[in-house]
Amino acid sequence: MSLADNAAHEGLKRVGARPPFGVYMAEVWRRRQFIYSLAKFRIESENQRNRLGMGWVVLKPMLNALVYGLIFGFLMADSRPPNFVQFIVIGIFMFEFFATTFSNGAKSITSNNALVQSLNFPRMSLPLSAVTQRLLQFLPCVVIMLLLNLIMGAAPKVQWILLIPLIALYFMFNAGVALITARLTVHFRDLSQLLPFVTRLAFYTSGVFFSIERIAPNNETILRIFDLIPLHEFMSIARGLLIDGADYEVNPMYWLYATVWSVLLLTAGAFYFWAAEERYGRND
Amino acid sequence: MGEMTDRKPVVIVDDVHVEYRVLATGKRAGVADARKLLERSRKLRKVHALKGVSFTAYENDSIGVIGSNGSGKSTLMRAIVGLTPASSGAIYASARPSLLGVGAALLKELSGERNIMLGGLAMGFTREEIEEKFDDIVDFAGLRDFIDLPMRTYSSGMTARLKFALATARDHEILIVDEALAVGDKDFRQRSEERIRSIRDGAGTVFLVSHSMGSIRDTCNRVLWLNKGVLEMDGSPDEVIAAYETSK
Repeated sequence: MSLADNAAHEGLKRVGARPPFGVYMAEVWRRRQFIYSLAKFRIESENQRNRLGMGWVVLKPMLNALVYGLIFGFLMADSRPPNFVQFIVIGIFMFEFFATTFSNGAKSITSNNALVQSLNFPRMSLPLSAVTQRLLQFLPCVVIMLLLNLIMGAAPKVQWILLIPLIALYFMFNAGVALITARLTVHFRDLSQLLPFVTRLAFYTSGVFFSIERIAPNNETILRIFDLIPLHEFMSIARGLLIDGADYEVNPMYWLYATVWSVLLLTAGAFYFWAAEERYGRND
Repeated sequence: MGEMTDRKPVVIVDDVHVEYRVLATGKRAGVADARKLLERSRKLRKVHALKGVSFTAYENDSIGVIGSNGSGKSTLMRAIVGLTPASSGAIYASARPSLLGVGAALLKELSGERNIMLGGLAMGFTREEIEEKFDDIVDFAGLRDFIDLPMRTYSSGMTARLKFALATARDHEILIVDEALAVGDKDFRQRSEERIRSIRDGAGTVFLVSHSMGSIRDTCNRVLWLNKGVLEMDGSPDEVIAAYETSK
């Protein structure tokens, strides 16, 4: 009897073999405490030595919003949408969640090589933890968005509740992006050099600081293209929920588009990431 | 060599070869680089790190792995854990073998306490299980007074003790310890050898890679001697160690 036959006879399994998708996802779910704690502890660890500590979680995006608000508010004096302060803060905060997930998610396997090489856990925990970390940093920003609206004179509305499903969808969308880029970066390291440009591109094409409906009100082609840009959809829905006024009426189809994007990307991302599970952590 | 036995096999290594592509400068080449470089020059070399290693490990085995530097010990261990793919041949195991290497999960800015939680979760414990084992881990590592300090303030010995205590807090079915006993003072070394014996007695299988023949004699019931990627000898510690030492 050969050794391989003997192994099969004794019920031994080949080491490093990838489990079926369902089993794998169940294993990921079982590791949810790890995913959450890694995210939480990473935030703590990042801010540990700063005097203001966790304060930076909200200070950084606020400073960002301030800088962009001043610059673009000045540059676009005439085409500024009404309630520009809320407009830009919501835009920047939402974009920040995407941008940080995008760069952290992409590097989540390659920059944790030592961890991947020393412990056995479903590798999907790492990109998911990166997205969770950014979600935890995004939530205080949501509170700031709400406070800002109250300060600027808006009355709390029941429809603010809809922010919860919106954030859930946005989380799914970002998780999908992170899973896909995490695997791509493993195959092509150079991708991490390209990512900042992709982020830039997304920044200028999603309407973070301008309203496409104001800039090109009659250009049907541009408007239809913007309808299909997921980041633009998420931002428009959030602005529509939070800011009053006819300018922020949202095409209800945006909810459908955003849902389709999120479900599609997350499913595709999960499959795509899982398919290379045996590949992560190898040196060649 | 122990093939005829009633004991249950736990790890079967079946004619495993591992080849690395190595640049003549000593730098490992990636797949993409390798092709390009082959076209330009012939500086790329294949290193045959394991040349057809076969053996079967049984439950309650505690196997020492010896050999000079570069003989393929670490490569074999990494292949058993599934981190280095075998170029040909296969490795079968009854459970996922784990390499004693929880260290990579830890964050040095955070306290020892936080890191025990994080390392434990990374190894697959639940929160409740870690809380239950927390005191044992702290006492074994001897870090009671420092557990609330950030890990960056720990000495290398303290860090190594914490990692070992954490990694062995779980009942591993198959545990691989690569040179971990070299760290720590004499007292800690004795405690860790004891810990390894108790894992073995709890129906586990331990692989111990070490250059310390004393540690191997004290903890192992079987020794593999690797020489230039070939399994030179497989037998009882006294026999193999004697042959290894006369060969030098």
